[in-house]
Amino acid sequence: MFKILEKQVFSPIIKQFIIEAPKVAKSCKAGQFIILRIHEEGERIPLTIADYDREKGTITIVFQEVGKSTTQLGQMEAGDYIKDFVGPLGEPSHIEKFDGPVVVVGGGVGIAPVHPIARDLKKAGNHVIGIIGARSGDLLFWEDKMREACSELLVTTDDGSYVRKGFVTDVLKEVIEDKGKENIPMVLAIGPQPMMRAVCNLTKEYGVKTIVSLNALMVDGTGMCGCCRVSVAGTTKFVCVDGPEFDGHEVDWLELGRRGAIFKPEEQKAMEHHQCKCGSGCGGAK
Amino acid sequence: MTDVKKPKKEIKPTKNPMPAQDPVVRAKNFSEVALGYSEAAVIDEAKRCLQCKKEPCRQGCPVEVDIPAFIKLVAEGDFAGAIAKIKEKNALPAVCGRVCPQENQCEKYCTLGKKHEPVGIGRIERFCADWELAHGVKVPEVAPSTGKKVAVVGSGPAGLTCAADLAKLGHKVTVFEALHVAGGVLMYGIPEFRLPKAVVQAEVENLKKLGVEIEVNSVVGKFTTVDELMEEGGFDAVFIGTGAGLPYFMNIPGENSCGVYSANEFLTRTNLMKGYRFPDWDTPIKVGKKVAVLGGGNVAMDGARTALRLGAEESWIVYRRSHEELPARKEEVEHAEEEGVKFAFLTSPVEILSNEDGWVTGMKCIRYELGEPDASGRRRPVPIEGSEYVMDVDTVVVAIGQGPNPLVPRTTKGLELTKRGNIVADENGATSKPGIFAGGDVVTGAATVILAMGAGRTAAKAIHEYLGNK
Repeated sequence: MFKILEKQVFSPIIKQFIIEAPKVAKSCKAGQFIILRIHEEGERIPLTIADYDREKGTITIVFQEVGKSTTQLGQMEAGDYIKDFVGPLGEPSHIEKFDGPVVVVGGGVGIAPVHPIARDLKKAGNHVIGIIGARSGDLLFWEDKMREACSELLVTTDDGSYVRKGFVTDVLKEVIEDKGKENIPMVLAIGPQPMMRAVCNLTKEYGVKTIVSLNALMVDGTGMCGCCRVSVAGTTKFVCVDGPEFDGHEVDWLELGRRGAIFKPEEQKAMEHHQCKCGSGCGGAK
Repeated sequence: MTDVKKPKKEIKPTKNPMPAQDPVVRAKNFSEVALGYSEAAVIDEAKRCLQCKKEPCRQGCPVEVDIPAFIKLVAEGDFAGAIAKIKEKNALPAVCGRVCPQENQCEKYCTLGKKHEPVGIGRIERFCADWELAHGVKVPEVAPSTGKKVAVVGSGPAGLTCAADLAKLGHKVTVFEALHVAGGVLMYGIPEFRLPKAVVQAEVENLKKLGVEIEVNSVVGKFTTVDELMEEGGFDAVFIGTGAGLPYFMNIPGENSCGVYSANEFLTRTNLMKGYRFPDWDTPIKVGKKVAVLGGGNVAMDGARTALRLGAEESWIVYRRSHEELPARKEEVEHAEEEGVKFAFLTSPVEILSNEDGWVTGMKCIRYELGEPDASGRRRPVPIEGSEYVMDVDTVVVAIGQGPNPLVPRTTKGLELTKRGNIVADENGATSKPGIFAGGDVVTGAATVILAMGAGRTAAKAIHEYLGNK
């Protein structure tokens, strides 16, 4: 059992937990993820590690409520226990001193997993330009942490309710134009699939190398089932062991999107089952 | 002692039948198919044993169970004595009695089997194990502590057997398991209807009573490495039993379409995550109306039978050789046939077809004929030119085999591997690195539960010797 030490609510649907998991905290690196299972009947869901404290033995996760399991997770409080919490999983981010400014882009809840990578890139001596964005200002979080992790930070909101109006891709375009495409060795983008895809479409035009962290459906997360498989440069890769980071220009986004939606009707059904609390034996009174 | 040479002992030519669920009913539920012997039936079956002096049956048991001795006890009605006798050698009797291919093991050598059906050794073993689980488990004696620590990586049949043997010898054993529950393929692979998960967990609990510690949610190769276990973890030896959990795919176009599963994913969702109880359990699984399972081994049979239970109207085994070459156990094939699984022999897909949303709509298949025997002794399938046709299916399960999971081999420095990525180990399980032993599927490639257990037992002996000399 894994104790939730601290809970923070960033918005009605975005929440942060600090979880006691010393084994994971001891060995994890930026870019890796964990899989958790809330209770005995629960499913295994992957979440990227947003921060860690090796001394305290804790892992920070930030998640958005999108379905039954994340909603149920969001209803848990500090002091509650998560049944299973396993990691670190996946390959760590590739950190090196690049020749020129590197750009990290975090969209929505993707700001969290971008954070430790930005921090490590800066520690490795890079000039890190951070771009973070959300649909609106109230969905934005960790601006202060990102400001510290990056050399400079640019903030945007889709609806213009905070700082400026525009997508992260609008800001990225300005940065590339400003710095010169040949001077930017790498862009790293994490966020919802449409956002990562949009970033890749943009950077492809400029020929700027782009790394993305893919979110695929997973079961075990250790390479034994292939549920998370994706085509990268025409070859099948398992996101859980070969990734989660890949060259975004080589990812088959159409296939990834389709595979991610395989259980959409079931996800809907699980949510309805969870929400129904009529108590008349309809099966949802749990 | 009664006179065993009693004249005119009549031999019953056939095994006492195993009560089983009706095929039509069971094809729609996940309850165990075989229901187990009654006390009367098990005693009757045990009495069929001739108590041969030469004990030929024992050569067929990889963990060397004293078969005639336990069967004699059963014949006398001493079930407690019988299970104690079995457990001298076998840590997982309830599992073995159910899933061992006895026809290729102990029962293959049974003297009765020359003229009649052999003694139902597996069925009797299963009865004894179930009897003990129902009547309270007696913990076997454990030797005084040796002060030595052994890490076992992987809690499948090989790891659990190795751990039990080492614990009985007085060593402190910690098992590291990547998933959230111990048992390996016994939990995620073999379906509930063949091996109830409660039975597996009951046997795992028995192992804990020997003092074996099991740490679940612990992926060796990620949170730590085998080298770190030896250097920093204070372990004197390590046994690697990580199995063959890497699914092979066909590498044909369309294989990443929606509705194509590896058998591992299909079975893990269903068994380990209890997808068949969705939405009471959270993990979804879905099958369409017509399912094709590619392959002919036990995993393929499990997949095809599972598909029926999940509601498929038609479930097909698609195999590129013929009925005769099916590598699955005869009993599993028969059960599948009884339940209505259909077979497309001498057939293999060359492409998986999908609709505009990416969902499977069919398989372009080619027909085969059998040529000369290949290295494995089985006749080699040769594609028939121009025989392509489209098989109309909406779900595909790929069950063509598994390779060794590379996480541990890749992260253990200097460990000698085969070209396929299996760990090289000698007949005692010793690897190229001192103090590191390995056994089961990670060494042999995908094989059987009992062979993995045999390898775990052999390695435990070798580890014990290694620790004694250390």
